[in-house]
Amino acid sequence: MSTMDVELPANRMRIRPGQILTWTLLLLGGLVMITPLLYMFATSLKTSGQIYDLKLIPAAPTLDNYISVLSDGRFMRWFVNSTLIASIVTVSNVFFDSMVGYTLAKFEFRGRYFIFLAILSTLMIPTEMLVIPWYLMSSQLHWIDTYWGIMFPGMMTAFGTFLMKQFFETVPDDFLEAARVDGMNEFTIWWKIAMPLVTPAISALAIFTFLGNWTAFFWPLIVTTSRELYTLPVGLSSFSVEQSIQWEKIMTGAALATIPTLIVFLVLQRFIVRGVMLAGLKG
Amino acid sequence: MAEIELGNLVKKYGKVTAVHGIDLTIADGEFVVFVGPSGCGKSTTLRMIAGLEDITGGELRIGGEVVNEREPKQRNIAMVFQNYAIYPHMTVGQNIGIGLYTSKLNADEKRARIAATAETLGLEDLLERRPAALSGGQRQRVAIGRAMVRDPVAFLFDEPLSNLDAQLRAQMRIEIKRLHQRLGTTIVYVTHDQVEAMTMADRIVVMRDGRILQVGTPTEMYEQPVDIFTARFIGSPSMNLVYGTINNGVLSVADATLADAKVSGLPNGAVQVGVRPHDLLVGETVADGLAMTGRVTAVEPLGSETLVHLDVAGAEVIGTAPGKLMPKVNSEVTVSAAPGALYLFDAKTEQALGRL
Repeated sequence: MSTMDVELPANRMRIRPGQILTWTLLLLGGLVMITPLLYMFATSLKTSGQIYDLKLIPAAPTLDNYISVLSDGRFMRWFVNSTLIASIVTVSNVFFDSMVGYTLAKFEFRGRYFIFLAILSTLMIPTEMLVIPWYLMSSQLHWIDTYWGIMFPGMMTAFGTFLMKQFFETVPDDFLEAARVDGMNEFTIWWKIAMPLVTPAISALAIFTFLGNWTAFFWPLIVTTSRELYTLPVGLSSFSVEQSIQWEKIMTGAALATIPTLIVFLVLQRFIVRGVMLAGLKG
Repeated sequence: MAEIELGNLVKKYGKVTAVHGIDLTIADGEFVVFVGPSGCGKSTTLRMIAGLEDITGGELRIGGEVVNEREPKQRNIAMVFQNYAIYPHMTVGQNIGIGLYTSKLNADEKRARIAATAETLGLEDLLERRPAALSGGQRQRVAIGRAMVRDPVAFLFDEPLSNLDAQLRAQMRIEIKRLHQRLGTTIVYVTHDQVEAMTMADRIVVMRDGRILQVGTPTEMYEQPVDIFTARFIGSPSMNLVYGTINNGVLSVADATLADAKVSGLPNGAVQVGVRPHDLLVGETVADGLAMTGRVTAVEPLGSETLVHLDVAGAEVIGTAPGKLMPKVNSEVTVSAAPGALYLFDAKTEQALGRL
């Protein structure tokens, strides 16, 4: 292979003023978002006496808080509760939202548009307004202070249905018709053919749902009374209502709680970005 | 293998009728090509045979049994789609194997079938590959493999070659034809490309506006078209048409000389006279045929011959010159057609009146 001199374009390294402005804004935005996170990790490495010392790097960092929180049985219980609830709700959303989204995208039936609008309209109702009917339902079904009570409002979501419908609309009908001719029933076509074709959407939905339920606070706080059923955010908040606010423990718990979400996000972020792009939605 | 009978088959979408009661019997083992312009109802008809569209009226029989209400999987037919419809998340082997989804064969038998199918189609080295790593022609072969693996009573092809380039299309045409000769399975093939229809079909069905215009062998279609639409649709380039008049049993064409132009049994009136470009020869004078003089507007050298576009008294006509003869643009040339090469059509109804 012959070598040749390559002349680089003269303006290759030239930076436009617009780029400087963009980078500055992005940097500021990034700082605003990362600073609380850094303080959270910094505080988790401090003793209770050093809490109000706002240094980012503690003078004498200690892992005592981590040992204390991890050896506290309650924290592990809440961690397991949150993992269990977030996982079940995620699986449920992926299953039901996909099924409804697929039906709305790929089947012609009377009232389809109306049903889709009805589902979509629930996106406009804030959670705070829904909490009262949810609580009344839970009460009548004897689900107060149970896992079912925590999970049932999120088992299927309008957002997930909408997201999946948009994705299924991009799946060519030929794939489904070929499967029909090959003898598959409608459930198998959905499960074996359509679902694998929308993997980015499933990943995005799974991440959104898992993160949303992992950090859910308001509804679990209302529907639970037993400490054993607390989720992690509710449990951590209880550190501040006992004798005093134990900031170092709250921050340590919060730092530990971010680990699973970071792992989930880092592993699946390429899917989430693609998923959001294809759905034409902003995160 | 099975005979397919379409009895007064109708398809309506709301108030719009897409297929107006068509009748056709496709013999066991026959290769029938539905051809026509976009929206003529050919794909709708095929989808009704496949069971992918409900039948509004009439009767569809496969192997003697009425199958109007049967699901696609109960009809034991296989279909190859325009976009291949091979699943991107499965390997070539799995894609072919999907064709055996409802089969009661055991795993070893299925593997043997898949291997045999792959060998027939030259895919044996690609069984572990995903569709993304295949060329267009290989993908099409996988789609055909999935169709043939389960030994269906009929294959349905819905414009399967339209996504391929010209060279590959020509190659696949031959491959499909050979496959049909080897398997002997009934094939119903839909295309808008008359070359595919002419080269592959045992019989061609020309459709327009949801109706069958003509059914016949490729030669019948070419030699005895029933109307102007079929005459112009079959054959490439399309048939030339010029206006003429019949007066007391004698045909005359404006701006043309016509020797021995006696027609019998036709009433006086305006007609359209058709002549295929390959019958209209440049530079040769045929003593007792049609001769016209026109100005050359364009030439298309094809190697073995040259297509010459002419302006004959305002009408565009295409003639053929032997390969080495290349008339200059804007020059005046004479074109002529031998007796027997002319097609007569009623100017109003556009129906064929006969040959001259």
